[in-house]
Amino acid sequence: MHYVALKMLFGDRAKYLMLLCGLAFAVMLIVQQGSIFWGLMLWSQSGITNLNVDIWVADPNISQVEEVKPIATTAVERVRTVPGVEWAVPLFKGVYRVRLAGGDYHRISLVGLDAATLIGRPAKLQEGRIEDLRTPDAVVVDQGAVQRMGGPDVIKVGTVFEINDKRARVVAIANIQKDFQNIPSVYTTYERAVAYAPPERRMLSYVLAKAKAGEAVADVTQRIAAQTRLGAFTQEEFGWKTIVWVLKNTGIGINFGTTIVLGFLVGMAIAGQTFYLFTVENLKQYGALKAMGASTFALARMIILQAFTVGVIGYGVGVGLATLFGLLAAPSGQLPFSETWPLLGLVFVSLLGICSFSATISIIKLIKLEPAIVFRG
Amino acid sequence: MTVEDKGTTATVEPAAEERPPAVRVRGVIKSFGSGDTKTTVLKGIDLDVSLGELLLLVGESGGGKTTLLSAIAGILDVDEGQLDVLGVPLPLLSGAKKTKFRGQTMGFVYQQFNLLPALTAAENVAVPLLIHGRPRTEAVQKARAMLEKVGLADRTEFLPANLSGGQQQRVAIARALVSEPRLLICDEPTAALDGENGQKIMGILREVGRSPERAVIVVTHDSRIFHFGDRIAELTDGHIVGIHDAPKAPLHPTVLAEPAPAKPLHLEDTGESEVPS
Repeated sequence: MHYVALKMLFGDRAKYLMLLCGLAFAVMLIVQQGSIFWGLMLWSQSGITNLNVDIWVADPNISQVEEVKPIATTAVERVRTVPGVEWAVPLFKGVYRVRLAGGDYHRISLVGLDAATLIGRPAKLQEGRIEDLRTPDAVVVDQGAVQRMGGPDVIKVGTVFEINDKRARVVAIANIQKDFQNIPSVYTTYERAVAYAPPERRMLSYVLAKAKAGEAVADVTQRIAAQTRLGAFTQEEFGWKTIVWVLKNTGIGINFGTTIVLGFLVGMAIAGQTFYLFTVENLKQYGALKAMGASTFALARMIILQAFTVGVIGYGVGVGLATLFGLLAAPSGQLPFSETWPLLGLVFVSLLGICSFSATISIIKLIKLEPAIVFRG
Repeated sequence: MTVEDKGTTATVEPAAEERPPAVRVRGVIKSFGSGDTKTTVLKGIDLDVSLGELLLLVGESGGGKTTLLSAIAGILDVDEGQLDVLGVPLPLLSGAKKTKFRGQTMGFVYQQFNLLPALTAAENVAVPLLIHGRPRTEAVQKARAMLEKVGLADRTEFLPANLSGGQQQRVAIARALVSEPRLLICDEPTAALDGENGQKIMGILREVGRSPERAVIVVTHDSRIFHFGDRIAELTDGHIVGIHDAPKAPLHPTVLAEPAPAKPLHLEDTGESEVPS
């Protein structure tokens, strides 16, 4: 009877296409919005992931990576004394303005790395050498700086600009994950970053640390927090802390969540209604099958097969369209887009929910169906 | 029955009352609704249909014909009375057993054909076999053979929408017969057809009803087909008000005489049908 069920489904082309479009649209909307949402979340923690270190030490009341609460410079030594710590280096982070030669001002995120180790340096360079950061006035800018501060003719290796009236010279251009606030990043050494920044009593933003080989990162992190009374987080913890802060303090979660829920509801409404109509219009045929000896269970199986077949096809089409969108839109870097397997799995489960709902309301109609309906002209 | 007459041997059909009963209905009552809205549709029906007989069930609209047909088919439970089909007391069977019994022993022909529009003629005919778990290739093969018997060998791959009303009804008959049912239940099989096609369809059903292993019940309003039956039972206001022999010739002279189907029917009765005891 599976063959009959599928022929019934594909035979009514108009309804089949309507069902397929409804489900594909719902899937595309959920996957596309979900991917953009997750892309944004990845952007929000790029300030952490771009540096890629085991442990972040900060003010105990810190909420997220961009909310810098300076700590005493002695914190670096205190972290180094904690058992299990292999190394600990200072990190400066702050938002300042640069003044280009032409007089334009631009906001930048200034990152000061430990000069000896350059720990936290960008993983990929588009142009130049990271070691040149140790030369006088040297800074490394990211590709965002090139795009936003005037283009490759203005910002290139050798370009000179000012940060707080102090000279800075571009020695390399880095490829890094875009920042949530979309502010260009400028890397330099810790000491030079402190010199660029207006003086404050405390200038150290973070201490970056690594656990010794054989030591669990989580254990060392806890030990640092207990011994120094500072906030200590693994990279993952700090990333999630930042994501949670963004969700709580911005409308992003609600906006995207609403769209995703709407996609789900629209998909469910279209699929449920169309599938129900499909069943109602075939009631006489189902009645005839029942009269011919098909059990309600067999007919229910036919309906389930129809619902899930169109569901799986709709899922494929929807994911395909969303992926195509991502492939076309994301490479420009203007749109955060991260289509992940867990998201696809979650959408598949949602789709199964939509299909189950559609099949259930149709099966309820079928259970109530009296085969005697076939005798009514 | 075999009789000898002047040294020759001839086979003649036994009279209806001598044949074993296919359907036996005694004192059947069926009501719908309750309280003030309760309507009794069948008010103590007594009726026998024998194997090898084609019984026409006639009567005014709302008289209870469809209800009686549904009860005999086991798709509507009766309130009171005895209802045996092929020796099996239907009211005593559970729903699932009734469905199985119906699938194994009965075939249905409907006024509106009720063919699945997405399936070809052959696939439609194969449906009862598929319901009973036969492999698709075998079922479709058997269906094609059955379509040939009803004169549609050249239409097996046509969709219902591409067939005329008469052809669709012949597909429906082939579908009803493909699982070799012993009781064929037809609800107004000619109502949606013109006179000529109606006669053709009844010609086929008449042929089916001649088999001593089968009984055919036809609900109809169409007096032009009365001569195809063996007997006519008249149902009015929930009562059988009369059972009499069908006329031997068409009641309306303008109607064409009974035409033969497009190809001669040789419907086999293999006795394969299983009847649960």
